[in-house]
Amino acid sequence: MFARTITDGLFEMHDDGSIVLIGGYSPTSGRFHFPRLDSCPYAGTTDVETVALSTEGTLWAWTAVTAAPPGYAGTVPFGFGVVELGDEQLRVITRLTEPDPSQLTFGQRMRLVAETLPLENGETATTWAFETATQP
Amino acid sequence: MSGVEIAGVGIHPFGRFDGLTNTDMGVVAVRAALAEAGDPRFDAAFCGTAYGGVASGHKVLGALARTGMPIVDVEAGCASGGAALQLAAGAIRAGQYDCVLVFGVEKMPKGIIRSSFFEPWREEAGLAATPAYFALRAQRLLRESGLTKEHLAQVVVKNRRHGVHNPNAMFRKEVTAEAVLASRVVCEPLHLWMLCSPNEGAAAIVVRRAADGGAGSVTLASARLRSHLPGSVLGEATPLSGIDDTDIVPPSTLAARDAYEEAGIGPDDVDVVECQDTDAARELLAYQELGLCAPGEQAKLLASGTTSVGGARPVNPSGGLLSKGEPLGASALGQVIELVCQLRGVAGPRQVEGARVGLAHTVGRGANACCVVLTR
Repeated sequence: MFARTITDGLFEMHDDGSIVLIGGYSPTSGRFHFPRLDSCPYAGTTDVETVALSTEGTLWAWTAVTAAPPGYAGTVPFGFGVVELGDEQLRVITRLTEPDPSQLTFGQRMRLVAETLPLENGETATTWAFETATQP
Repeated sequence: MSGVEIAGVGIHPFGRFDGLTNTDMGVVAVRAALAEAGDPRFDAAFCGTAYGGVASGHKVLGALARTGMPIVDVEAGCASGGAALQLAAGAIRAGQYDCVLVFGVEKMPKGIIRSSFFEPWREEAGLAATPAYFALRAQRLLRESGLTKEHLAQVVVKNRRHGVHNPNAMFRKEVTAEAVLASRVVCEPLHLWMLCSPNEGAAAIVVRRAADGGAGSVTLASARLRSHLPGSVLGEATPLSGIDDTDIVPPSTLAARDAYEEAGIGPDDVDVVECQDTDAARELLAYQELGLCAPGEQAKLLASGTTSVGGARPVNPSGGLLSKGEPLGASALGQVIELVCQLRGVAGPRQVEGARVGLAHTVGRGANACCVVLTR
C-alpha cells in the first residue's frame, strides 16, 4: 500500500527510494532552517529560498523514547536525537533508526533514510529518520 | 517608582485530587491569601493557567463572589504564574492599581503532556515527546559540564530530602541515589525519578503598593519575564527552553539579569533560590544560567553542599518540582510562596537561616522564563 507522507513539504522522495529534506534559507540572515517556513526564524524576512538539505550529518545528541508520546502509534523504544548538518550549520530534530542509546556516539556520521510509521487511524505514513552511516 | 509588597499568600497542596476542580482548588488558595492580607479590596486579578480553559480565573472569583474588577487569565507555559505576577507588579508600580490578586490553578493531564504546541504531524512522528527534549538537553549538559548521571541522582536526593518537610508537596519521602538510578529509564540519561510529575494545585498571592517602603514585610523587588531570542535553539523551527547552544543567550539568563538589575543585586546577594527542576539536569543548568556558578562548576557546587538546606545558598528548599510536582499555572507562584515563608522565617525544619533575599526561577514551553526577587 502506498503510504502518504506524514505532512507536505518536509521532504522529497525519489524513484530510487532516496529521500532529501526540504529546508529554507534566507539571504538576509544567511541561516538555514528546517522544516521550511514562509518567514526566516532568525530575521523575520520573507526571502526564504527552498533548498535541498545535505543527506549526511553528524550526531549531536540522542536518546530513546521508551513510552509512546501523545498521538504516536509506532513502536517503542525508538531513537530520537539531533543531527548536525555541517554544510548548513543546521541541527535537525529527528527520529533515529537506532533505538539503543548505547550503540551511538557523539559526532558519529549519520545518513538520511525514509521510514514508514503506523498511524492511530490504522493507515501508515512515510517520514524521515537518520541511521548510522556505514564507514567509508 | 512605588515599592510592591506581599500582603498575603495562600496555597492548595500540589498533588492529584480526582474529586476537585480547578475552581475548588483556586478557591482554597485565594481565600487563604485574602484572609492573610486582611480581606482587602483588590483592583484587578491575574490568573495563571495553561490547561484551565476559558475564564478559569473568573470561575474561581465567581465562586467567592469577588468579581467586578478586571480578571485576566495569563498563559506563559511553566512561567504563567510568574508572568501574572510581573503584570500585577508593573501595574502597581505604574500607579494603575493599588492592590492586585495574583493566583494560578491547574489540573495537568496524566502521562506525557499533550500540548497544542506541537503540530499533529509531529505527534504522529513521535516528535511530541517532551521528556526526550529534556533528555537531549541533559545529555549535552553532562557532556559539556563534566557531570554524570550520579550528579543527576544527587539533585533528586537533595530535593526529595528537602521535600520531606513541605506539607504541600506531592512526594514526602527521602530517596537514595541508588534507588533513583534504579528507577526505570524514561529517556536516557533521565530516569523516572529524575523527572517531575505534572499534577494539580493552586497558589495565590496578594500584592499591594508598599505603605512605607515595605519595611518589615516581604517586598517584591522585581519580577521579570523574558522569552527566547530570535532563532531556533536546536537549529530548527522548534524553540526549546535551555538547550545548550552557545550562539544564543538563554531566556533564563536574560530574565535573571533583568531581575537582578531591577532589584539592584547580583547573584552573590541571593540567600535562597527556588528554581525550575523539571528534571534534575534542569536544576544544574539553572545554576549557571542564574549566575550561581560558572559554567562547568555545577558538580563542585552541588558536592560542596552549598545548595542544600544548611548550606550557604540553598536551592529548592521546598523540595522543588521534583517533590511538589508541577501544576503549570500555579508552580511559579508556589515557588514565590516558599520564598515568602523563608524570608518571614516561618519555614520550619526547612528554614534557611537568616534569609533576606530570595530568587525564584521558572522556564517553560515557548521558552518563556521568569525570575522573581524577593527581599526583606
